[in-house]
Amino acid sequence: MFGNRRSTRAPGSRPGFRRVGMRQPGRHRAALVAGVGAASLMLTVSGCAGFGNLGNQPGVTTITLASVNNPQMQDLATLLPEFEKAHPDIKVNVIMMEENDLRNATTKDVATRGGQYDVMTVGAYEVPMWGRNGWLTDLTAKAKADPSYDVNDFFKPVQQSVSYDNRIYAAPFYGESSFLMYRKDLFQKAGLTMPAHPTWQQVAQLAAKLKDPSQDRAGICLRGKPGWGEQFAPLTTVVNTFGGQWYNMSWDAQVNKPGFSNAVNFYVNTIKQSGERDPASFGFTECLNLFQQGRAAMWYDATSAAGTLETKGSPVAGKVGYVSAPVVKTKESGWLWTWNLAINSLSKHQQADWEFVKWATSKQYEELVGQRLGWARVPPGTRQSLYANPQYQQASSAFAGLTAQTLRSVDPTHPGVDPQPWTGIQFVGIPEFQDVGNQTSQQIANTFSGGESVADALDKGQRIAQIAGDTQKREAGK
Amino acid sequence: MTAVAASDLAETGTGPTINESRMERSERSFARKIVIPAFAVAIIVTQIPFLATIYYSFQNWDLARPEARSFAWFHNYAAVVTNGAFLPALLNTVVIVGSSVIVSLVLGLLLAVLLDRKFPGRAVARTLLITPFLVMPAASALIWKWSLLDANVGMINWAFGLVGIPPVAWNTDFPGMTVVFVLTWQYTPFMMLILLAGLQSQSGEMLEAAQVDGAGPIRIFRTMTLPHLRTYAELAILLGTVLMVQVFDPVNIMTGGAGHSKTLSYLLYERAFIGQQVGEAAAYGVVTVIVTIAVATVALRTLFRVFTEEGGGGR
Repeated sequence: MFGNRRSTRAPGSRPGFRRVGMRQPGRHRAALVAGVGAASLMLTVSGCAGFGNLGNQPGVTTITLASVNNPQMQDLATLLPEFEKAHPDIKVNVIMMEENDLRNATTKDVATRGGQYDVMTVGAYEVPMWGRNGWLTDLTAKAKADPSYDVNDFFKPVQQSVSYDNRIYAAPFYGESSFLMYRKDLFQKAGLTMPAHPTWQQVAQLAAKLKDPSQDRAGICLRGKPGWGEQFAPLTTVVNTFGGQWYNMSWDAQVNKPGFSNAVNFYVNTIKQSGERDPASFGFTECLNLFQQGRAAMWYDATSAAGTLETKGSPVAGKVGYVSAPVVKTKESGWLWTWNLAINSLSKHQQADWEFVKWATSKQYEELVGQRLGWARVPPGTRQSLYANPQYQQASSAFAGLTAQTLRSVDPTHPGVDPQPWTGIQFVGIPEFQDVGNQTSQQIANTFSGGESVADALDKGQRIAQIAGDTQKREAGK
Repeated sequence: MTAVAASDLAETGTGPTINESRMERSERSFARKIVIPAFAVAIIVTQIPFLATIYYSFQNWDLARPEARSFAWFHNYAAVVTNGAFLPALLNTVVIVGSSVIVSLVLGLLLAVLLDRKFPGRAVARTLLITPFLVMPAASALIWKWSLLDANVGMINWAFGLVGIPPVAWNTDFPGMTVVFVLTWQYTPFMMLILLAGLQSQSGEMLEAAQVDGAGPIRIFRTMTLPHLRTYAELAILLGTVLMVQVFDPVNIMTGGAGHSKTLSYLLYERAFIGQQVGEAAAYGVVTVIVTIAVATVALRTLFRVFTEEGGGGR
């Protein structure tokens, strides 16, 4: 998810690893005996089955799921026995990975036609690209064939985000948008009111009034840390609503054109005037921390952040108000990110794969999570029926209504003022965008200190973006 | 090794009939033969990856489009030159690593001189001073980011506040310097350990003799200790540079490559894993190796005594 993007892990920490028997020489031999015993037992057990099929029973199909390691997917892994109880002939083998690792591993697998993974969690960024390349199984017919699956229950924008050319290539599992969070108590104290549909200009004015250096408090927190999924997730939505875009319909880069540059100037100036102090190091996690510690009056970010802000023990729980993403020229400006379950088109057991995908993205699964793990842990943002469920409403009252409203109204095919040739709001659906977004965001981070002007930064961004645009033109010409 | 081989041959009774030159020759060929396995392993583990990198650098290999691999001629090298990212990254690396090496060497020398004296609790002090070198690079970057340099609650800004200096946005305004901070903090103990070994190898009698001859502590330090430490310092600089050139964690965690903090190793990572251009990243790697070899050859031959004089000045 965009909210929890983390590109670095602390290496070498393996909590489960303990060197038993190495501390005392006396235990040494016992451990050795136990180890040899275990090894010979394993040999006996696996003797007939052969090493590759260890644990496989005849008549059972094993499907391999490559999954991102976010909390919702971890919940799915713990509930797998329920699926296997209902489908005794299918066994699911889950491989969890950190987001960047998952992206590299699955891209390599599908693009080189390796066929290592049967089912994968694929982000909204890749589904349309991979669907176009024929790397994912077209699920349209299967999804529509089963009335109990109720494919039209998915929010329309969410369904669009997993479609290419009106064919569905993945089943949405988790969805999020972005909105503006603000401290109701601080607004009240300052005698200010937050409009229900604020414009960015109004937000900037409010931020200037609410910042308070003596209290060590910023008016607003906006991500400034370089990265296509960090800085450019919120910034691209600002660009869209200011009338800018990365590319026009013929893949000419528009990065130093007025719409884009007005938006970036506004974003940078707002941060400089009333934002956090050290923007170049502030991404999702840093802003979450700042806002939760009461050191920011507003925060524009992922809808998924609200869950953390409202948990028990959070210093700001109950004090936060939520309004839709600020706008300028468009009616709506929230982003759209989904994690989806997609089937590798090379998988040898498509029917078993689909049975699993259907189960994990069904209404029954939401019900199961709600009853077993609590309604607050149901993967949000995909099915409209969830937001009509009184139990879910009760568990997430502060922000559920707005999340549903935003997810209904965003348009991933046409988020800005002008039409665009790709599906996606806060990203451009081409493989090169990670690189283009990353390099341009570094240039913009340099402007926070005043070391570089926004115009220079965007001129460099324009050159970087046009190289990728030219690749698209060549591919379109083929 | 030849000496051992010679005595072995003498003992197994290869009679006196064999003349000196033939014996020498067989000795040498035997010596060569027993070196072959080690040499082969060295070639396999160092040169094959390098050859593979050179091969990749001539490939069009985009991780996002792995099906479209082709031979690229010198296209990737042209990209290295025309992208305009290589020279700034090289300069950043030189500035960041160079200043970190110098500052940590000076601090390491001060601490080594302190630790060379006997005082109660010296063992504890030494352990504490070594600790930063034992902390994982990612963890030390996080410590600096959150506890020390944070613009709101960081200890450094808090200390600045006590003397009336307004808070500084370290990562935004001085991205290169924050990386230098972390590197210096991490590698000062390393420098200290090597220099401490040098100090402890100094002969006490000579120092005593100098004292008897009437030299003051500053003069002894300048004319005897510092020249004695030269080879140790050279070794510390060389190893420190090699280790620090690989800096990655603080850049990724603290600045994301903004400003003057984008070093060569971070640039390589970006080209390979964000740009997903394996061929281009390999070309950057090859060019980096060529530049490093050129610089190292000149520097090692002219500046470092440890590689030019047998035994150096360390005794």
